[in-house]
Amino acid sequence: MVESRIGAARLLVVDDNKVNRLLLMRSLELQGHSVAMAENGRVALETLRREPFDLLLLDMEMPEMDGFQVLEQLFADRQLRDIPVIVTSSLEGIANVVRCIELGAEDYLGKPVNPVLLKARINASLEKKRLRDQQKQLVRRFATPEVAQDLQDSGFSLGGKHVQAAAMFCDIRDFTALAETQDPEETIELLNTYYALMFDAISGHGGVVTVMMGDGLMAVFGAPLPLPDHCDAAVRAAQEMIELIDLFNLERQTVAKPQIRIGIGIASGEMVAGYAGTNERATYTCIGDTVNRASRLETHTKVAARSILIDGATRRQLSGDIPVESLGAVPFKGLAAAVDVWSVVAGVADPGSDDT
Amino acid sequence: MSAPTIDLATFEALKATTGAEFALELLDTFLEEAPAMIGELHDSLAAKDADKFRRAAHSLKSNSNTFGALTLGAMARDLELGGLASVAEKGTQPLDALAQEYARVAAALTAIRNG
Repeated sequence: MVESRIGAARLLVVDDNKVNRLLLMRSLELQGHSVAMAENGRVALETLRREPFDLLLLDMEMPEMDGFQVLEQLFADRQLRDIPVIVTSSLEGIANVVRCIELGAEDYLGKPVNPVLLKARINASLEKKRLRDQQKQLVRRFATPEVAQDLQDSGFSLGGKHVQAAAMFCDIRDFTALAETQDPEETIELLNTYYALMFDAISGHGGVVTVMMGDGLMAVFGAPLPLPDHCDAAVRAAQEMIELIDLFNLERQTVAKPQIRIGIGIASGEMVAGYAGTNERATYTCIGDTVNRASRLETHTKVAARSILIDGATRRQLSGDIPVESLGAVPFKGLAAAVDVWSVVAGVADPGSDDT
Repeated sequence: MSAPTIDLATFEALKATTGAEFALELLDTFLEEAPAMIGELHDSLAAKDADKFRRAAHSLKSNSNTFGALTLGAMARDLELGGLASVAEKGTQPLDALAQEYARVAAALTAIRNG
């Protein structure tokens, strides 16, 4: 049965007329939904911004703020635009129906509302919303909320732009060797925990993870949306990542699991950010010298026996309270100029000491 | 009258879909609210407030049809679509006719309620 698949929903009925409000509410409650009421558009928007709803039943002709204005405001609001709206109105004329649909209403029901029709339309709208929510969830699993939103807003259009940002690379030291000594399940579980911790620290400081590959990840601070103090943000995220791994190691120690070490490289400056790929499959990526530099710095953490390395450009924009140590200019393969390398003193044990 | 004051089939359908007790409560709400709507028609006519006039007529139309008061609904619809201008030249005559029809509706609905 269709009914059994669609559970009770939270609905908002907006109508200035008391008889209409009570009647709609009754019909909806008999269908098993929970219902709140608003007597005009202004109250409806206030209610929608205060608590979540699955669906809106909207009258058009109302004092203070009419249904057309509500539709306009809803679809201009990023938080509210995905709530399906069924217009219930006794407004005359096909032009009004067309206008509602053009403003984004899902459906239009004339008053008095036929209860059977109402039920069918509500279930169809809720089902569509469920599918949309699922799709969004799916996109979010592969991208951060920021990237997902940007994807949605830009309509997944390919193309890049120049941005000022900080690029970060991070990976687990000797992970391949570690993976060979344990069960595949354990390896995946370890990776899941690692990613959860790293994502937490990175997104907590406004960064976006753009690439995950094996035990390595790349993150960017300052794209797709600009981030003030992106150098500070990236470095503080890196410090938190190290702290989280230390805590994780304490936990692993109690169950006699080998300790893990990570290395982080950060570089900042101009880069090109955008969606690259084909129309079938695309990914948000950042490319340019800055990104290459960050990658080289991450690799260099092993050689330098440091956990966090940053370039001169990042160092110059850093707040004074973050302690750094100069490691001099280091030439890297594939980069034209030597890189001014700085180590961020994370206040943790030297991770390179047990490196083989 | 050519059309019945209350179309009983409409009212019976309302009772069947919402429950008899609820339908009677809703009827009480209508009897409480409708005089205010008619009052608003008079007020907005006097104040030449076309929006308020249209809204009041619209509400009355919508509610009348809910209870099967089809004649009253049709009169209210004429006021909604004709607007303030269509009434202004005829004075209060259209509103008086509407008030008379409402009196019949109220009597019929009260009889149903107590019946």
